[in-house]
Amino acid sequence: MSQQRFSVRYIILFSMAVCGVCAVFVSSLAVSLADEQDANKLLDRRKNVLMAAGDVQPKDDVSAEQINELFGQYRAKVIDLATGEEVADIDPTTFDQRKAKKDPARSEPAPSNRSSIQRVPNNALIYEKLDTEGNVELVVLPIEGYGLWTTLYGFLALDRDTRTIRGLAYYEHGETPGLGGEVDNPRWRALWPGRLAFDDQWQVKIQVIKGTAGPVAEDPHRVDGLAGATITARGVTNMLDFWLGESGFEAYLQKLRNSFGTKGAA
Amino acid sequence: MAKKSEVVLDPLFNNNPIALQVLGICSALAVTTKMEMTVVMCLAVTAVLVGSNLTISLLRNQIPPSIRIIVQLTVVASLVIVTDQILQAYVFEISKQLSVFVGLIITNCIIMGRAEAFAMQNGPVMSILDGLGNAMGYSVILLGTAFFRELGSTGKLFGLEILPLVTEGGWYNPNGLLGQSPGAFFLIGLFIWMIRMYKPDQVEEEN
Repeated sequence: MSQQRFSVRYIILFSMAVCGVCAVFVSSLAVSLADEQDANKLLDRRKNVLMAAGDVQPKDDVSAEQINELFGQYRAKVIDLATGEEVADIDPTTFDQRKAKKDPARSEPAPSNRSSIQRVPNNALIYEKLDTEGNVELVVLPIEGYGLWTTLYGFLALDRDTRTIRGLAYYEHGETPGLGGEVDNPRWRALWPGRLAFDDQWQVKIQVIKGTAGPVAEDPHRVDGLAGATITARGVTNMLDFWLGESGFEAYLQKLRNSFGTKGAA
Repeated sequence: MAKKSEVVLDPLFNNNPIALQVLGICSALAVTTKMEMTVVMCLAVTAVLVGSNLTISLLRNQIPPSIRIIVQLTVVASLVIVTDQILQAYVFEISKQLSVFVGLIITNCIIMGRAEAFAMQNGPVMSILDGLGNAMGYSVILLGTAFFRELGSTGKLFGLEILPLVTEGGWYNPNGLLGQSPGAFFLIGLFIWMIRMYKPDQVEEEN
């Protein structure tokens, strides 16, 4: 196998052929699998929304049909974080909030916060669960923030009174299994529904404490800490504080609150 | 025929890519926290390794030596992307957990190593067997590591409860170290030690 056996011309042609064959092979396969992959991503997101709202339990083995059926009660909606209004010209099925966050044209630097959030997108993708009369029953809001090692991504489900928490679920994090990773523990997650996110002056008050909090009725603004995961727990408190506050969903929640206030009066 | 079985079985214990050659350690640490994830990773590596060995072997007389490494790289990279795409389409949950590590199969020295060391000199059948053998050698260590890591750090295997945890009202107090990468290092170290106790000729000579 001496070098002379191959002319320069042959080498160039050979490398072009290898590149051509590989490129065609890879791209045709990627294109032909794109539909399945997109369907998977959508399904995964839907499942996470349902888990946050408590419609699906993490241990449940739910089929794609069941997820889509349950999700039928939900409406995905892209809102403007600053005003809380729906942004009609962005398609919720293709909107990628994480990409938007990184795009300087569609995001802004975050104010100083304790969740290590660098940028806040102008728009956010939220989910409203509607009752049979078409009224909002609960909302599922995307939240993210730093824990100990990594950013935790999850959903917070709030009742339509915008104060009562209906559930909290993280779908992506890299916290220590057994310690911070216990944010996934169904027993810890079961402590959340019924707690109140805000106090009577609508200041964010929910926090994960060290030790054990009382039952929901007596101690509505506090949740048990995670043993050995003080920093992750603090991260959860911080990110709720951020996303329920001014830079987060405050405008939207206020609007929702008002709309039910007027409806209640009428 | 004896040679064929050697090609397949040697990499299991006599010439294990992880334990003797100490290749592919990165993924052995990263994807061994859960059995389920590890099984998929092993299958992915097997597919890529067999595929690349076969392709390189078929092309071995056509590949100009001056550009052979980059040709191997192109073939391996294509196979890795294809594997990643297939995982995303059919086992989405697991591919999400494996995240970058499927893409990083390309940097797994076992694959390029076998292409350069074996497939460039041998026919397609032998190369497939060699790929299979080395993939099994890799898988044996990974599965062994994952078995102890998942069981030790969560009390579960394939997500099913084996040892009831103290936090769930059982008796087993999980070992957090096993869930972390250093835990995998200790386990792999122990495996290497055991193999070398059993086969002392693998022990490197001291200077």
